[in-house]
Amino acid sequence: MLSPSILIAAIVNGLLTGAVYALVALGLTLIYGVLHIINFAHGTLLTAAMFAAYFAYRLLGIDPYAAVFVLAPAFFAVGYALQRFVIGPASHGDDRNMLLVTLGLAVVIENALLFAFRADTRTIDLPYAFDGIDLGFAFLPLPRLIGFGAVFAVALVLWLIMNATDTGRAIRAVAKEKLGAELAGIEVAHIYAVTFGLGTACVAIAACLLIPSYYVNPAAGNAFVLVAFTIVVLGGMGSVPGALVGGLVIGVVESLSSLFFGESLGQIGIFLLFIVVLLVRPSGLFGARA
Amino acid sequence: MADPLLAVEHLSRRFGGLSAVNDVSLAAEEGRITALIGPNGAGKTTLFALIAGFLKPSGGTIRYRGEDVTGEAPHRMARRGIARTFQVVQPFAGLTVHENILVGAHLRHPQREAALAAAAQVGRDLNLGAMLERPADTLTVAGRKRLELAKALATEPKLLLLDEVLAGLNPSEIRDIVPVIRALCRRGITILMIEHVMQAVMSLAEHVFVLAEGRIIAAGSPAQVAADPHVVEAYLGHGAAARLGGRAHDK
Amino acid sequence: MKGLVPVLAVVAVLAAVPLAGVSNVTLNFLVVALMTALAGQGWNVLGGYGGQYSFGHAAFFGTGAYITAVLQVRYGINAWLAFGLGIVGGALLGAVVGGLTFRSGLRGSYFALVTLAIAEVLRISASVAPITGAGVGTLVKLDLHVAALQFQSRAAFYWTILALVAVALIVTRQIERSRFGVWLIAVRENEDAATALGVNATAIKLAAMVISGAITAAAGCFYVQYFLFIDSGLAYGSWISIEALLTPIIGGAGTVFGPLVGALLVRGLGEGARMVTGGEAPGVDLVVYGCVLVLIIWLAPRGLIGALAQLRGRLKRPAPLVEAGHG
Repeated sequence: MLSPSILIAAIVNGLLTGAVYALVALGLTLIYGVLHIINFAHGTLLTAAMFAAYFAYRLLGIDPYAAVFVLAPAFFAVGYALQRFVIGPASHGDDRNMLLVTLGLAVVIENALLFAFRADTRTIDLPYAFDGIDLGFAFLPLPRLIGFGAVFAVALVLWLIMNATDTGRAIRAVAKEKLGAELAGIEVAHIYAVTFGLGTACVAIAACLLIPSYYVNPAAGNAFVLVAFTIVVLGGMGSVPGALVGGLVIGVVESLSSLFFGESLGQIGIFLLFIVVLLVRPSGLFGARA
Repeated sequence: MADPLLAVEHLSRRFGGLSAVNDVSLAAEEGRITALIGPNGAGKTTLFALIAGFLKPSGGTIRYRGEDVTGEAPHRMARRGIARTFQVVQPFAGLTVHENILVGAHLRHPQREAALAAAAQVGRDLNLGAMLERPADTLTVAGRKRLELAKALATEPKLLLLDEVLAGLNPSEIRDIVPVIRALCRRGITILMIEHVMQAVMSLAEHVFVLAEGRIIAAGSPAQVAADPHVVEAYLGHGAAARLGGRAHDK
Repeated sequence: MKGLVPVLAVVAVLAAVPLAGVSNVTLNFLVVALMTALAGQGWNVLGGYGGQYSFGHAAFFGTGAYITAVLQVRYGINAWLAFGLGIVGGALLGAVVGGLTFRSGLRGSYFALVTLAIAEVLRISASVAPITGAGVGTLVKLDLHVAALQFQSRAAFYWTILALVAVALIVTRQIERSRFGVWLIAVRENEDAATALGVNATAIKLAAMVISGAITAAAGCFYVQYFLFIDSGLAYGSWISIEALLTPIIGGAGTVFGPLVGALLVRGLGEGARMVTGGEAPGVDLVVYGCVLVLIIWLAPRGLIGALAQLRGRLKRPAPLVEAGHG
């Protein structure tokens, strides 16, 4: 039978992975909470950011953790521009159209990456990638530990933005009552774009955190985004704590089911959980709007 | 007196801690126009949603033609002969007026030809005959209200729930639509209407219920209800009845 | 019956194409385009007319494909029967998925997500399950006889897929003129209003999904017979989910000919992109598809057919009249 130490190792690993899942989900839930749509381009934006982080290291020698400070603002700008100048205008305010437009964007980005970089899988080798803390029954690699901590730092920063800045208050106003916010003079198109930008920035940070211990190819983001969808639904659409808790839970669930059922079936487990949650309680554990 | 067509008994609906509808009992007599009035937020539209099946009650019963229909799905209520209009009218966008009414007409006429004919007739009855082939979203507010009515009528209801059908109409439009509603009643359709436009309520309704903060506070003929001090207070605030009564006395 | 004249006319014209002496390359292009159109016609019933946007229609395509392939290869069942059973399988899957999702009241984004997840679950399952050949896929034996639903001439394949497309066109046309179709469109436009008029929205959406699943499954069944190979990526991959929704949206969602027009255009653009880049560029065609999708939603949300209708309407009718007083 499985010894408790293997189990604990799996759980700890799950938590570390789950933290990064949570960060990806955080961006998605933020966008949903304010714009009320599922951003289907989220995964490909993650992939694009991962490629950016990869090339930053390979070509410019920038350490991924340093790259965060370059890529996060850069991708914020990309997200802002996408929402403000493409998604917003193209959707004519219709939710169904927004779904399709983000899907279209996802297809374009993923395949543009495929066209540019082919399907090869690439990895980077950080000199300190194999340093870490040895707990005896489990080894915690340094990059993943940094990642774990960084996620909570990002969550804190987001919380501060939402509660201590005017823009954050405007975002919350638009999320709650768009018409009212508009009448109060808030420019909704701008706020939508800022939110989208923040969500994309989250994804860029997640990419930098992932690249030391993960691989990148044009389809890499997709694996994460379906998991992110599951987390967002589980934790509640639009709920930040939900995304955090949900991410950790899903990380552990995936780790444990891979342990018991093997890799592929572990993935199926997540999707089945996803479908079940959607059918039974779409508002999730923490969510309000269904 | 015969059983009322619609009998609502001790109906309640809670949302979390809030009672939107609280122990409401009312009845709509067959062939008559009954009005439901009350200040904003009184729970009138919630009550309609409960009767039409869009919401499930937290307690109480709804009886239609003597049968218990509490909690039945809205489409089944429509099939039983209960039709409702919506306060915020939304025609089926992209369809013509005729096609809009067709949706309702198909309830009783599965065949397209018969349904089209029935829909056209309903349209003409409501003075939409000239608009039939126009896109529904080119109608004015008054036209849309009539279209909303037409859609509901096409289902050949016995009981028609009108939710503020006069809202947003100017006085001449109101003058035009009131006889239409009266004509429906003469055809044998029982009408329960939520209304704010008092002149219409007074001239159309034979029986009035007043809802305030989820409860029925008065019931009776329009004249009785208008004179009821509780009703005055519900609209104008605590003590208003006494103040108005006092001033009238001074004069 | 006179409503079917346009459909029959179009089918007749298309049927004549092989007789005009076109090259095999062109014929192959048309076969694939028609197959894409068929997949889109399935999506169109649920998404175009019903307004329920599925992002995982590959689930039906792949199920039809696998049933057709596996029944022939592992159980020796006659190809025609296997084909029919594949379609039935698609319909059944539609019933199950529709039953689960619509009864739960799932709409909009959630519905799109669930369908996406279901397609993914099926893809992963197919990539590991022994019965589908797991990662290697399933190969159908070459047997160029009509009994095995395989043909010597490409033209025969062309006429087969054209026949399927024609059936789907007729089915769509009939839906449009029926009570079911009117109610389906009403549910799309305003589900609550439709319900208030006596429409059982759940039942209507479920029926639409069953029909939708059957039609798209047929495209999958045909794929197997034409290419004689299927694996999890081809069966349940996102490429087919995207093409199934792209073709009606571009051509005109909620119209009879939309998917057909869209498929010809989309496939044509894809070929064009491939020719321009010399066939060496993976993903270029999909980039084009994605851009076209965004552009169409932006500039012509009702698709090409919708845009044409609007233009014609604007030329025929004066600007919308506002009703003055009585009317």
